Parts: sequence; C-alpha cells; structure tokens
Amino acid sequence: MSGYDRGMIVNHPPTPAAAESQPPRLAKKRFLHDAAEYVRDTGHRAFVRKALSGYYASRDLQKARFRNWEHARDAASLAKWSAVNRLDELLPRFVAAFEANGGQVHWARDAEEARRIILELVRAARAKAIIKSKCMTSEEIHLNAALEADGYGVVESDLGEFIQQLRGEPPYHFVFPCMHVRRGEISDLFGKHLGTAPTDSPEELTMIARRHMRRLYVDADVGITGANFLVAETGQISITENEGNARLTAALPRVHIAISGIEKVVEHLDDLAVLLPMLATAGTGQPMTCYNTLYAGPRRAGEADGPEEMHLVLLDNSRTAILADPEQRDSLHCIRCGACLNVCPIFKNVGGFTYGTTYQGPIGSVITPHLRGLADWNHLSAASSLCGACTDACPVRIDIAHHLLHNRRNAARTAPNAWERLGHRLFVMVARRPWLFGLGGAAFRYALPLLKALRPPLLRDWLASRDLPAAPRQSFRRQWDRRQPREGRA
Amino acid sequence: MSGETGMSAREVILARITEALRVPAPLPHGLTAESQSQVRQPQPRLAVTTSGASTAGITVAHAAAGLPTLTVLPEEVARPWLPDGGETPAERLQLLIENLVKLRAIVQQVPDLTAASDYLFTIARERDWQRVAWHPHPLVEPLLGGVPCATYRVDAADFDKNSLESCNAGITSCEAVVAQTGSILVSSATSGGRALSILPHVHIVVATCDQIVATLADALHAAKERHEGHMPSMLSFITGPSRTGDIERILVLGAHGPKELILILVG
Repeated sequence: MSGYDRGMIVNHPPTPAAAESQPPRLAKKRFLHDAAEYVRDTGHRAFVRKALSGYYASRDLQKARFRNWEHARDAASLAKWSAVNRLDELLPRFVAAFEANGGQVHWARDAEEARRIILELVRAARAKAIIKSKCMTSEEIHLNAALEADGYGVVESDLGEFIQQLRGEPPYHFVFPCMHVRRGEISDLFGKHLGTAPTDSPEELTMIARRHMRRLYVDADVGITGANFLVAETGQISITENEGNARLTAALPRVHIAISGIEKVVEHLDDLAVLLPMLATAGTGQPMTCYNTLYAGPRRAGEADGPEEMHLVLLDNSRTAILADPEQRDSLHCIRCGACLNVCPIFKNVGGFTYGTTYQGPIGSVITPHLRGLADWNHLSAASSLCGACTDACPVRIDIAHHLLHNRRNAARTAPNAWERLGHRLFVMVARRPWLFGLGGAAFRYALPLLKALRPPLLRDWLASRDLPAAPRQSFRRQWDRRQPREGRA
Repeated sequence: MSGETGMSAREVILARITEALRVPAPLPHGLTAESQSQVRQPQPRLAVTTSGASTAGITVAHAAAGLPTLTVLPEEVARPWLPDGGETPAERLQLLIENLVKLRAIVQQVPDLTAASDYLFTIARERDWQRVAWHPHPLVEPLLGGVPCATYRVDAADFDKNSLESCNAGITSCEAVVAQTGSILVSSATSGGRALSILPHVHIVVATCDQIVATLADALHAAKERHEGHMPSMLSFITGPSRTGDIERILVLGAHGPKELILILVG
C-alpha cells in the first residue's frame, strides 16, 4: 500500500467537524449536562488532580529561582501591553521584516479564509503528506477536518495531540492535550492503530510514537506549525515546545506553514528573554521549555537544510473585536501557558471537554464569548467561583476573574433577562415596604416545609446538591427587637 | 463593518486594528503610574548588568495617541528580577553545570581539543556507534580524526535527510551557552543547518568556556552582533534533551528529538 495520500498515513478516526456548525443554543445545555457528568466522576477528578500535583511542585520550584517573580510579571505584562496597544504600528513592522527575511505573509479575516489559504498552499505544494506540530490556532479554525475533507493526510506529531488524533477527540487542555487519558488506554490505542504490544510504561509508549513518527518527518512535504511570538524588530517567529517535533516539522519538509493570531507580536527580541522563561515556569514548571526556536524565513544560501518556502498565516478571527474593548484588551496579552487552567477549581472538577471551546478554562471563558457570541457563551462567565486564582496565576497579569464579571455585566446589558428583571423589581417593591417584607417573610417561613416536599422546578436544581436548612420560628427583626436591652436597664 | 467591501484582507484587518485602538486601554492589572516608575528604576542593589551588555540607549519612548507614555525596555528592566545568571566567569560556569545536570544533560569539561577528541572516541566506542554526523567548524572538525566509525558531513552542497536519519549522533558547535537556564543557543548558520541538532538520537555540542554567557538576553545579543542584523533562518535555545510529560504528566526523555544531550566544554 502506498498509503501516503488520502488520509492514510495513520489510520485514525476522522477529525470531528467544525463545532461552530453545531446549533449554538445547545452550548449552555451541553455545558450543564457535561459538567454534572464529570463532577460525578470522582475517578476522573482524582486522576486530573494527581496529574497536576507534580506541576504545582515544579512550578513553585522554578518561581523561586526568580529573584522577584512579581516584578518579572510586571515586566512581562508591560511588554505585552505595549505591543498589543501599538499593534497598528508593530504588526506592519513585523510583516515588513518577515518578508525581508524571505517569508510570505497571508492575512485571514476569519477561520474560513484561513482554511482556504492553507488549502491553496497545500495544493500548490502538491503535498502528499503533511506533518503538523501542536498549534491551537489550527484547532480554532478546524484545519485538520478541512484538510481531510480535501483528501490530505495530516499527522499530529506532538505526542499528546497524536494520542488525541487517534482517539478522535479535540485537546482536553490546550497545553496538556491528553492529561485525562490513562496509560492503559494509550497502550490499547497504539495496539489498535499501530499494532504494537501492550505496555504500561510511559517511556515505552513514548518510544512507540517516536519510532512511528521519524519516517513521517522525513517523508512529509509540508510542515504546519503554530507560533508563540512574532518579533517585530527582527521579523522572526518564535515557537516553544518540549519534544522537538516542531523543530523537525520546520526542518525537514519542503514547505513550512505557520499559523498565528495577530496578537502574538512583541516589539523586541529582548522581550523573549523575559517571556520565554516565564512561559515555561507558569506553563509547565520548567526553567525553559526544551526548544525555543526563532525562524526567520526559509533556508538561506549556505545553510545545509530547511524549507524552500515559509508561509505565515496571520489570523484575525474576532481578535480585533477583543482589541476594540479597552476593558478586556489585556486578554490578548495571553501567552497560552495554561497556568489559569491548572489552578482553576472549576476546570479541575468539570474537566476540559465540558467547556466545548478551543481554549478551555478561565481564559477560554473570557475570550470565547468574544469569538463566538456573548449571547450563546455567557454561561461560561458563571463557570467561576470568583476565587481569583486565575488572575494570580497569570504571568502577564490578565485580570481574568474580573473579566468574567465584565462579561456577565455586558450580557445583562445587551440581552436583559425579563424574568430576572421582574424578580428584581418585585424585590425592590417588597423591600421598600416593611409591612410587606414582614408578611412575605412569614409566608415563606410557613411555606418552606411545603416547598421542600414539593420540590418545584426552580428549587429542584438548588436542592439537588444542597440542603435547605429549616426556617427559624421568628423573623430576624423580631429576634432583634427582643434582644435589645430594655430602656432603663443599662 | 460596511466599508470593508473591495478591500484586501490585509487592509481590512489593519483598518480594524486602527479603529479598535482609538480608545486607550488602562495599564495592566495591578500596575499604576507609580508602580510603573518603580518597575522602570530597579533598586540599585539589584541592578546588576555586569555581563557586558550595554545599558546605554536602551530605553525607548513611545507615546501613541492618547496612551500613557511607556519608557521601558522590559528585558533590561526585568534583568534584576529574572533567575540569576552569575556575575563572574567562575559563577557562570558553576551555575551552568548545575542547571545542565538538573536538566539531565551530560557535561564534559576537557582542557583542549585533543582531550575532546579522546572523549568522543571513548563514547563512540562504548556505545558502538556506526555513523556520526558533523558539520565543518573549527571546533568540530578536529574531533573527527579519531572517531572509530563512519562519519557523515553535513553541508549545503550535499544534504540528504535519509543519510542524516541513519546517524547515531550529531556533533555541532553553538552560538552561546546560557548559565541562567542551562540553554544552548544553536543556529542554522553555525550549527550545520536545522536538522543536525535535532534528528540524530544523540546531540553533542562542542563549546569553549568563553562562549558561556550569563543570561538569555546576552545570548540573543551575541547572536545579533555576530550576524549583524541578518539573522540565520533558525536560532534555537536547546534546554536539555528532548522530553515529554504527555502521558500522565510523567517525564520521559527523548520524545522526538535527541534522547541525550552532551556538552563538551573546552578550556
């Protein structure tokens, strides 16, 4: 079997189609349903917590190596702030420098345009095999499904993404794509798709993927990567990884295509001396990730190897809508380290899939309503305990916890809920009239046992996971009056 | 936006950006004008820049319309807050070795290139290497003389990825070695292209002690100066052997890149 075309490099299930084609009204319903399911799965919760425990330890160890982590956060946030707020100047400067380096830039207003551009590039390259390194913007635009629909085989080379591709699932966590999968499941998966013998050693499983992938790097004619930073000063793109798969993807194939959001620009090369160690410390608890690579165009004369062409697709896809909101503009500072997911009590309990978004966790809950519509995704703003752990964890000081509140406020402004308004009006009316307030309280005290027994729809959800304490015999005001010292006694 | 018809995607996106930035954004969360000036002027006892990088002319003022003026160059400002890079050559060497050991890389200090060649001979025979890849460089070439196996020379004239894939090890030089993080900066110009330092199972780097710099910023400065504004097509900080934690967050070395990283420090 020649096997290198028509999606057969690896026999894997078809990539799920674009989620944006699903009826959006279902998003909230699905979230509530999945959250309930995952919360009940105590095994899953314990497994995720255990996987994260090592992260907490190494993150704290690396943070302690900083002479002052909080001041370093100031510097990192200022670097991103000054770049995002001068994007009009820095993005064209980056593009000019990148083109001077021999790279080709393509602009995509939305996901559909980005997919079209990449398909055209792949066709022009007469690609037989495509190798891809981890790239969340490609998940955002549902690139794999589009390539497969056009008959191209594409293999995810990052181990976690490869496992997810074989499972036919999107990433569970945008930095740790398969952190919810147990080694036994991976062993079975490799046995089924690659025909390998069962093993319960993570090392042996990693070596299976390593052996499998090496041939594919050499044979692929197109390599697709993401980008972590675009350096305006030098026209380089920076890619952060641990496994070496992105290095290989950008070294061996004839054509290199990188996809990046427009907000990834930084002004100076020096900014990376701050951002790279902070990304690694916050993201995975490392001093630096294993490979931090800067690419300035295709292979140069005199260099031994490298691609003949390098393309960069610059993606807007509603990022300019976030930019237009000064209050939440800082959510574009995000360097996708995933630290806010790792500390989030909601994420740890409902898991990554429940969000139904490309970017999970607190930062995903902030930006998804901007990317896909506040009306349908406002429920994510309530997926928060308001503990603020995400804001504390963010290396570039994005005020994530407050942005969730800002989204709630904006949703209430743009699409007020008639029942909620009616409820508040009724409350105001009652609260302003002491006699009515007292009457209402008395009625509620007597009706409470009845309500508990009848469990009407509004109370049912509340009572499902909580107990309703018994009502006191007397109102607060009555008790207060009785406890006041009588005149003359003091 | 109705005015977008007939415009190219580039024009549309740039117009959206300009429009979006009309209203200025507040400073990042937790930062005020005062804390900004604090950040700008690190306390003198922490402001150590002994590593040779010039501090002159590094502040840039930019006042986009309506935005607060920001006069920082973050790296220079952040240097006192980042992990230590060592102040003297001896400190840097010690820090580098500590970091590399933690990263599970191997460091071999040798007095000269003859000793380096002997070391290479020993490990090549111990591991029964069949073929090693190398690239022409004054630090690499002298090591090849005594290698007890076949060699593959990587250069621009004749590169074959299949030949390289069959090699047990790749030997390269580097641009700089960073004490602060234990990173080795390689480039496509001085380390035999892109694949030599990533495709073979073992990566051996030959460096001299005067290539050790304190911080990541110093390494970037060194590369910038050497290539005089015309950067090689690839510059890569290598920090330990290739690794993954994708399976149950358990560390495994040798995911796709080299399983072993050996730094031979000469001098």
